[in-house]
Amino acid sequence: MKMMMGSSFPEEVLEHVFSFIERDKDRNAISTVCQSWYEIERWSRRRVFVGNCYAVSPAILIKRFPDVRCLELKGKPHFADFNLVPEGWGAYVAPWIAAASSAYPWLEEIRLKRMVIPDDSLELISKSFKNFKVLVLSSCEGFSTEGLAAIAANCRNLRELDLRESEVEDLNQSSGHWLSHFPDNYTSLVSLNIACLNSDVSFTALERLVGRCPNLRTLRLNRAVPLDRLAILLRRAPQLVELGTGEASDLRPDVLSNLSGAFSRCKELKNLSGFWDVAPGYLTGVYPICPRLTSLNLSYAATIQSSDLIKLVSQCQNLQKLWVLDYIEDLGLEALAASCKDLRELRVFPSEPFGVEPNVLLTEQGLVSVSEGCPKLHSVLYFCRQMSNDALRTIARNRPNMTRFRLCIIEPRTPDYLTLESLDMGFGAIVEHCKDLRRLSLSGLLTDRVFEYIGTYGKKLEMLSVAFAGDSDLGLHHILSGCENLRKLEIRDCPFGDKALLANAAKLETMRSLWMSSCSVSFGACKLLGQKMPMLNVEVIDERGPPDSRPESCPVEKLYIYRTVSGPRLDMPGFVWTKDEDSALGLS
Amino acid sequence: MSPENRNYMPESDVVGLNLKETELTLGMPGETRVTTDTGVKLGTKRGFSETIDLNLGRSNVKCHDKVCDDELENDVLGGATKSLTEKAQLVGWPPVRASRKNVMKSCKFIKVAVDGAPYLRKVDLEMYNSYQQLLSALEDMFSCLTIRNYLNEKKLMDPANGVEYVATYEDRDGDWMLVGDVPWKMFVESCKRVRLMKSSEAIGLAPRTPQKCSSTA
Repeated sequence: MKMMMGSSFPEEVLEHVFSFIERDKDRNAISTVCQSWYEIERWSRRRVFVGNCYAVSPAILIKRFPDVRCLELKGKPHFADFNLVPEGWGAYVAPWIAAASSAYPWLEEIRLKRMVIPDDSLELISKSFKNFKVLVLSSCEGFSTEGLAAIAANCRNLRELDLRESEVEDLNQSSGHWLSHFPDNYTSLVSLNIACLNSDVSFTALERLVGRCPNLRTLRLNRAVPLDRLAILLRRAPQLVELGTGEASDLRPDVLSNLSGAFSRCKELKNLSGFWDVAPGYLTGVYPICPRLTSLNLSYAATIQSSDLIKLVSQCQNLQKLWVLDYIEDLGLEALAASCKDLRELRVFPSEPFGVEPNVLLTEQGLVSVSEGCPKLHSVLYFCRQMSNDALRTIARNRPNMTRFRLCIIEPRTPDYLTLESLDMGFGAIVEHCKDLRRLSLSGLLTDRVFEYIGTYGKKLEMLSVAFAGDSDLGLHHILSGCENLRKLEIRDCPFGDKALLANAAKLETMRSLWMSSCSVSFGACKLLGQKMPMLNVEVIDERGPPDSRPESCPVEKLYIYRTVSGPRLDMPGFVWTKDEDSALGLS
Repeated sequence: MSPENRNYMPESDVVGLNLKETELTLGMPGETRVTTDTGVKLGTKRGFSETIDLNLGRSNVKCHDKVCDDELENDVLGGATKSLTEKAQLVGWPPVRASRKNVMKSCKFIKVAVDGAPYLRKVDLEMYNSYQQLLSALEDMFSCLTIRNYLNEKKLMDPANGVEYVATYEDRDGDWMLVGDVPWKMFVESCKRVRLMKSSEAIGLAPRTPQKCSSTA
């Protein structure tokens, strides 16, 4: 037994104790106790999460943690989901995969979000890691079915392949049958999510795959798999826990009865999604399993209207999570509130986000009903066209346990429709009553006042999204100086400028990132910030050409600031400027 | 916080990270404040048109000559096919992911190219119920063309120079076919993209009835 200096436990014992500690925060804390604990911890860390791929480099990661088995990386900022980050900005995972391929031969899991991954990297993954088990590509792009074919062909121990909402190029001429690349003796699939694929998949290959993988519990199909084929798959995999259907616009009685039969045989099925273009008549096939459902995603079911939705959710007494289109309307949400007392998460998406007139009878009342009827509701995403301070106050008082609250009133700067005032007080009530609120998205007419409330009460707030709000830098100052736990701040179209940013420069080092677009931050301030704060990358994203061709006081288009220990990145495209870009722009 | 006199603050003051200054007067240099009755401050807000202009790389103004991307589709097609009640859209607002945008109806957006024209258009085939409607819409979109119904074939012509175009499409199998050969619904199902090809080049696409012989190139 090896005794470490100053420690009363031998190394092996400490290592064993540390193996029970999984959370990153806790492991980070352990590593700061003393040098020997730091060493033991870093050799035994198996799971690493990098929230911003540019905050650290592969080399630094590998140097500190030599034996990682599970790697999770996030790339582009959240607003990239809404096309605010130009094509080619970055988040390339290739260098990470290349480094990991030699440093981590025992890597088992890779999870990526908003990153660019080429087919070459997928192939490298498939050939470098003999025990590779889990690949999750969330909102990623840059790859095609060729890359998937390599994964299928070479990853003998693959458990999970999840392409959630990624953009996959379909080279259907050459490898439309990538699924057939799974060898005949491959049987270890547990989870397959191909819902985002636009192309067809070979149904025969899919059926055979499903049939020979007895541990399959999650299967999310894409649109191309019609419902009549679904019944076949369900009969092969009655043990499924999570299912995403394809589409079926024509209602055929024989298909319906087949499907009903198949569904009722799936005793473990708890989670349903898909339902693109589904004829409402097919929903009756789902009724038998409704009482078992804990999660239902109908947010792509554009053909299902209010009355059918009501019939469906009224039978889902054990529902915990519902994602749905605003076709559910206030009436449907009332029914939800009455029937689903275990509801924890609700997301209501707009069926016609660009329409000017409301197309559905969905108002603030629906959300109020659910907040009243569902005591466990803590996570909300709600798109609507009108809101009032009264409603927000009621929601806040009903649900002090709210942890995630994202409200999107579709028309920017919409006031309280009853009083025509700003919605400052309403959101103020939310942050005041919901003391555990971690994530908040604002909308509607808002002044600097609301930020004063947020700064005062939002002590646990970690992520804040702001659009078309505020009057002055005071607003931004309240956020940055008040929200102690703020990690991510994203702002668009607000009159925030240089003052608050520069006055709170130190705060930015305590956060993961700050995004500001269409605001009033000048190029001069960006340069200054970049110079004063070496631990920050201050990226000016401007497609109008070099910022120094305009006056320094000119506001930049977009600004992305993040803390980093690896200095300025080396893969910036032409429309991104930082302090080190050009000697003329840097310190003089 | 009541409005005080706004003082101009040179940047060098801010370098000292003086919080007191930020407490009182945070107006932008040179800007005045106007307050409405409800206490809402004006003067710093930008109207929609201004916010759109800020996103110069993606403004409405430029998109006519380029392949339209997702959130500008409705705007570009606004003139041709949709009603004028849909106003100009902001980039990325409302914050709905691209995969969700076309959920309201089953949209079947395909690209339409015209030989010799520098830009593509996107059309939603679900908006039409017949070939005639589609061709009318194309006529509107590519305003130099008129429809000529010649021997029951769907053709378009540019009256300025007499060049005839034939509507062709690529189907799911990657084959190029003449538009009009299959029932409308089947066409909508299988069409991946449309190309208005010069008649003189439309060889090898089997016409339904044998007529003028296709000259080989």
